[in-house]
Amino acid sequence: MHMKSLTELSVALKNKQISSKELTQHYLNRIEQFDKTLNSFITVTPEQALAAAESADQLLTKGEGNALTGIPLAQKDIFCTLGVRSSAGSKMLDNFIAPYDATVVEKCNHAGMVMLGKTNMDDAAMGSSNENSFYGSVKNPWDLTVVPGGSSGGSAAAVAAGLTPIATGTDTGGSIRQPASFCGISGLKPTYGLVSRYGMIAFASSLDQGGPMGRTAADVALFLNVMAGFDPKDSTCVKTTVPDYAASLDDSIAGLRIGLPKEYFAEGLNPEIAACIEAAAKEYQKLGATLHEVSLPNSKTALAAYYVIAPAEASSNLSRYDGIRFGHRCENPKDLLDLYSRSRAEGFGREVKRRIMIGTYMLSSGYFDAYYLKAQKIRRLIANDYQAAFKQVDVILGPTAPSVAFKLGEKSNDPVSMYLSDIYTIPVNLAGLPAMSIPAGFVNNLPVGMHLTGNYFAEARLLNIAHQYQKNTDWHERFPETYK
Amino acid sequence: MRPEEVKKIAHLARLAILSEEELVSYTQNLTDIMHLIEQLNAIDVTGIEPMSHPFDMVQRLREDVVTEADQRDLLQSNNVVPFSTVEGLYLVPQVIE
Repeated sequence: MHMKSLTELSVALKNKQISSKELTQHYLNRIEQFDKTLNSFITVTPEQALAAAESADQLLTKGEGNALTGIPLAQKDIFCTLGVRSSAGSKMLDNFIAPYDATVVEKCNHAGMVMLGKTNMDDAAMGSSNENSFYGSVKNPWDLTVVPGGSSGGSAAAVAAGLTPIATGTDTGGSIRQPASFCGISGLKPTYGLVSRYGMIAFASSLDQGGPMGRTAADVALFLNVMAGFDPKDSTCVKTTVPDYAASLDDSIAGLRIGLPKEYFAEGLNPEIAACIEAAAKEYQKLGATLHEVSLPNSKTALAAYYVIAPAEASSNLSRYDGIRFGHRCENPKDLLDLYSRSRAEGFGREVKRRIMIGTYMLSSGYFDAYYLKAQKIRRLIANDYQAAFKQVDVILGPTAPSVAFKLGEKSNDPVSMYLSDIYTIPVNLAGLPAMSIPAGFVNNLPVGMHLTGNYFAEARLLNIAHQYQKNTDWHERFPETYK
Repeated sequence: MRPEEVKKIAHLARLAILSEEELVSYTQNLTDIMHLIEQLNAIDVTGIEPMSHPFDMVQRLREDVVTEADQRDLLQSNNVVPFSTVEGLYLVPQVIE
């Protein structure tokens, strides 16, 4: 059951081969059985889940509902869920019971989906390994000694281990795609502004984007249909018509022009990973695509620009955590300054504090022009590079991550080394473009992800391209032995 | 980065530095991160406009009508806020001497 795709489960529910209650109980049992080891969930909501499954079953019995009615899902703990702890993986919000549902959550509920619980994540979404969580590290189901990636490590691990068929994630610098790559699943970061950020605990407002994580591109397409759409409550949401992302999955990709950025295949890329990506490119050629070399000359500065912009925006967003109205407050504050400083110092993890400090520095008087403003200009150069490339090609292909999942503890003492894990994913967030990671092979028995970048609002095309690859290969069908 | 700079930044960000070890660690980390960021110095950005939104969107406007409901009681319910309030006001340590 748990090895089936969402698409297959949807058919099974519709044909009454299984009820939502049975399906939900199956996943709840698996979470009970396996999650003590994986630690992919922060909060499990069994009563709520079974109640939602009951309602879904009533709809399904009457022949009503849609493709996702009765389907269980996991929500990354960065989304506010009414009446349920919404911690963002942080001690700061350990005591925070959200008084409202994020728009994404509302949409999932409205579609009749069944929330199993809230998944683990790096503290305040800052991290690339899910080792920065207040609730402990998440393990990679493929090898319990390595990381699942981050910050959506809980969602990625839960989907990979069959603890949920589908999950939400968020991506600011790669936090959907990199864990998808490390865990061998499919994840998509939509175009900036496609998915509402209302109720999604903010990290970097001009980069954050929520998106689907699932076993296949087809599953991701079905779920994106639920997640996407204009929301007046998010002032950065773009008014655009949302197509049926599943409708064009089977379109032919003959004549597709694929760009391979020469900067990504230079020395420094692990040759075994390069081999997986090159094999994927050849697979696309068999399907009628043509390969072209493109150049993204400013991509080399993307990491530095990101580590100016993201921390700066984070320092601003996280200033709301003052210990006054909600969240963590220190004991016996001696005065107001002590209340602020100690609540924040106690509530935030090390990485979060590092980034707040860098951001504060970037935005401080005397440094704003040299760093923040300059980084915003470099951002435009990066976006321009992509536009130039998209004049010659339809999609850009590369590796999602420079390595497979690294060992727990390997990079946790070296922040900059950790930052390098996002080298291929970050430029896309700066430009606001949509991108996906899908499984493309294994190196040392650990999953390798390929990264597909499209032009603005080209999610349907990206999903189509990903789906065609998955129809002709079976990397996405692999399942970690222990969790079968 | 020098420890004094780190202390000043931490104060601006209202982050207490809880130990000497933390100060040393942050000073090293921030120095390393700044080293990464120095790469930006080499790039020429003459004539380039800064980009803060992929579509250079500006704030969308709406009709000036009240759409928000008064939710203070909900937002201050024991469920959400574990702190004391008096007549809807949050209690904090004395601010003015």
